[in-house]
Amino acid sequence: MTIVFILASAIVFPGIILRAKSILAGRKGPGMLQPIKDVALLFQKGNVISTTTSVIFKMAPAVGLASVISAILVLPFGPFPALVSFNGDIVFFAYMLGLGKFFLILAALDTGSAFEGMGANREALYSMLTEPAFFILTGTLAMLTGYTSFNEILVGLYNPNNSYILIYSILSVIILAQIMQVENSRLPVDDPKTHLELTMVHEVMILDYSGFDKALIHITSWIKFAMYSTLIFDVLIPVRWSITLQLGLFALVIVLMAVYIGFIESFKARNKIGRNPAFLFTISSLALLAFVVALILTEKMIVL
Amino acid sequence: MLASTGVFFLPLRWKHLWSLIVALTAVALACIPAAEVFIQGKDFVISGFNVPRNTAPLLFIDGLSAFFILIVSFTWLAGLIYAKGYLKPYFETKTPIQISLHLFSYLWLGFAMIMVAVAQDFLSFLIVWELMTLSSFILVIFDAEERSVLKAGINYLIQMHVGLLFLIAAMLIADTVSSVDEFRELGAYFSVHSNFILFLLFFVGFGIKAGFIPFHSWLPKAHPAAPSHVSGVMSGVMIKMGIYGILRVLLYVENDLVNIGLLILGVSLLSGILGVLQAIVQNDIKKLLAYSSIENIGIIGIGIGLGVIGLATENPVLTLLGFSGALLHTLNHSLFKSMLFFSAGSVYKSTHTRNINQLGGLMKKMPYTGMFFIIGSAAICGLPPLNGFISEYLIYSGMFAGLGNASFYETLILIFSIIGLALIGGLALFAFTKAAGIIFLGEARSEKVHHATESPKSMLWPLFAISFIIFIIGLAPVFFAAPLFSMISQWFNLTNASIVSAPYILNLQDISIVVGIFVLLTILILIWRKMHLKNKPTEKGPTWGCGYTAPTAALQYTSTSYADNIAGLAQPALGLKKELPIIEENDLFPVSATFKTTPHDVIQEKWIDKPTGIIAEWLKKMARMQTGRIEHYILYAFAFMILIFILTYFNLL
Repeated sequence: MTIVFILASAIVFPGIILRAKSILAGRKGPGMLQPIKDVALLFQKGNVISTTTSVIFKMAPAVGLASVISAILVLPFGPFPALVSFNGDIVFFAYMLGLGKFFLILAALDTGSAFEGMGANREALYSMLTEPAFFILTGTLAMLTGYTSFNEILVGLYNPNNSYILIYSILSVIILAQIMQVENSRLPVDDPKTHLELTMVHEVMILDYSGFDKALIHITSWIKFAMYSTLIFDVLIPVRWSITLQLGLFALVIVLMAVYIGFIESFKARNKIGRNPAFLFTISSLALLAFVVALILTEKMIVL
Repeated sequence: MLASTGVFFLPLRWKHLWSLIVALTAVALACIPAAEVFIQGKDFVISGFNVPRNTAPLLFIDGLSAFFILIVSFTWLAGLIYAKGYLKPYFETKTPIQISLHLFSYLWLGFAMIMVAVAQDFLSFLIVWELMTLSSFILVIFDAEERSVLKAGINYLIQMHVGLLFLIAAMLIADTVSSVDEFRELGAYFSVHSNFILFLLFFVGFGIKAGFIPFHSWLPKAHPAAPSHVSGVMSGVMIKMGIYGILRVLLYVENDLVNIGLLILGVSLLSGILGVLQAIVQNDIKKLLAYSSIENIGIIGIGIGLGVIGLATENPVLTLLGFSGALLHTLNHSLFKSMLFFSAGSVYKSTHTRNINQLGGLMKKMPYTGMFFIIGSAAICGLPPLNGFISEYLIYSGMFAGLGNASFYETLILIFSIIGLALIGGLALFAFTKAAGIIFLGEARSEKVHHATESPKSMLWPLFAISFIIFIIGLAPVFFAAPLFSMISQWFNLTNASIVSAPYILNLQDISIVVGIFVLLTILILIWRKMHLKNKPTEKGPTWGCGYTAPTAALQYTSTSYADNIAGLAQPALGLKKELPIIEENDLFPVSATFKTTPHDVIQEKWIDKPTGIIAEWLKKMARMQTGRIEHYILYAFAFMILIFILTYFNLL
């Protein structure tokens, strides 16, 4: 069920970002469907493959897409539980995404280009620095609810006994939104629209892809957007609410997240590359702060 | 075992075959009882000594021994098969005696490792432990013509004996205080006396073998020096005998569990993070793998530490998952690390360099070796669908499950372990994308790569077998974890163990399902890609150089540049030294410049080299007493006797 909703929202997500950016910039801008048209065009084209590359380069986009879809399998969607759910599936989720990244990094090194090596190296650093944030966040959720799978955590989170939960879920939403920006290589960590290869991170890694493979990479990145938005929606909206209300809210959250991304990209400049680690440390420290808040809320830590 | 001496008397080309036959017999002899123990859960006692117990060695195989025997046998055998191809070039440069000695010690290293797991009384344990050290020392110094190899070997030998000293001290304390001379009687000491000190001695003794930071400094020296099949076996299984020893002692520890758990956890987190950080900045491929062994020993230690804390806080889930994660990771690491060392050895054999900066593009020359190295890298990063994920998953879920109703301090410990493990995971990804990417992908960075060829079949078969098991554990973890669960609950007499472990067995089945779906999806997408591209034009062209039309291989990212941003962030822990000539302002025409970075092991310099340096200074001063004149020595003896006399007189002794 989750997969249907995520795929559906993945289709509209990039379009909304584009619209939001054009409206904020006062341009007429491309239509909602432009990204889909782009990908459709890519599907019609043939591939150009560098002679330097090996089989890894050809495999990477497929592995990336498969890994994101498999990660979604453990993600519940509002009233609908996840397809597969087990204790510690949060670990599976994180490591599955890691697998996609592993292959993309190798593929970038496979081209033997200095620029792509640089992008690969930055991507590896950033994903390493965001990993603790995600694990502290999920660790805190596990501590609050006593469960370790997405399904049970989200049900347990809105247990009527947890009265202060709103504070925590808002904090987690902030952290998740930032993780989403980093993982999808958007501002302020990376600028997908920059023209200079030297300052790119994600975009430079896929420089040599074309046609079918590039289309797969684009689709993967949309699905990733929709996936993180769903996660944010799950944390924010109690499972108990009626289904129609939840579906409406889901649409709202998706639109809001896309507009948020567009908003940030319209008004903020990209960080200096050297300052990115500091930004990523901030996310982890926020997560740690949320953890301390949770400790106080559950009265494990007694402050005075 | 006597048959192993036969190696010396056979002609050169039969030597390897003979060793293989001997090894196969030994493995069969050791594995059949071990497998029996594993399946039936009953100890296998080796008797038949017609002498009273206090003079005969006590030999039996219990669950723990059986587990390690199986691990040792597999990697040992795989290494021996691999050695055939690897040693071939040496047949011309070495004398037959040297080759025989090498194979002979290799066989004895295997015997000794199996016997370490079997010997249960202190004396015979120490004998086989020493045997293990000596045989591996001979293996390390195979290339003894090179001075650095000999130096690394001697360094190894000395450090191992420091470890031995700690073990002897620990065993003597146990023996003199409560006359314990077997491992299984250690409980008699532990139930009466304070546990922490004695455990600490054992921990240091075994920890030097296992390579925990700060006892690790022999590892990154000895592994690059040794031939690759030897480093594979040493890193894959020999250092695990240290883990075996720690677990063996832990079985009998009774109190002070919190402190012991914290000690193991702290040291392991340190080893994990610093080990992988060092691995990132290394340019020598085998050094990189050696540091990554330290990291993995750290992960195993985190599992053990959590298990002990689980015991202390009576949290059966944490105990079960911590220990089973640690044991499974021991098995997993023995698989992928030996695989990585073997494939690194193949690279060294065909390019004659271990410097990552000079390699590149080997995927085209050695496609199988490259594939195996990449599989090993993915496994060591703990990525699904491979085996590394399963053991890290077990440790993680132990931590997450422990968080639910933990006290304040436990929560803190657990959350910091989670952060640590997450960091280690991310850094490992960094280190191994660097290793696999720079060595096998891209363009060749030096001439050395051009004449590289794929290794012979005998060197690929062991890799094939290992990667097969790696996939099996990753796809069907239940068959491996379930016996571990039951074994661990038996050791620690966990109450309602089956209730605790039942959900996790189901979870592992779920993992098989999702991972299966993932593999299927990947294959489907790849088939789709193939179908789709069938009637589309596919062109080949050079890599996009951003407008620059004359790119050379030297423009590529190298191992050093890939590590540069981590090296900058973690400078205090790494102590990376850069040497770059300053370009003068009025140098209009640049001449050739060099750039050199040397990673330094800060822990080793500050904690080991400095103190030993100070001790050496003192000893030098003491050397003045060594005058060489007999009168002086008699005087010393006389003074010593007077001292003893005075001390006894005042009842101080």
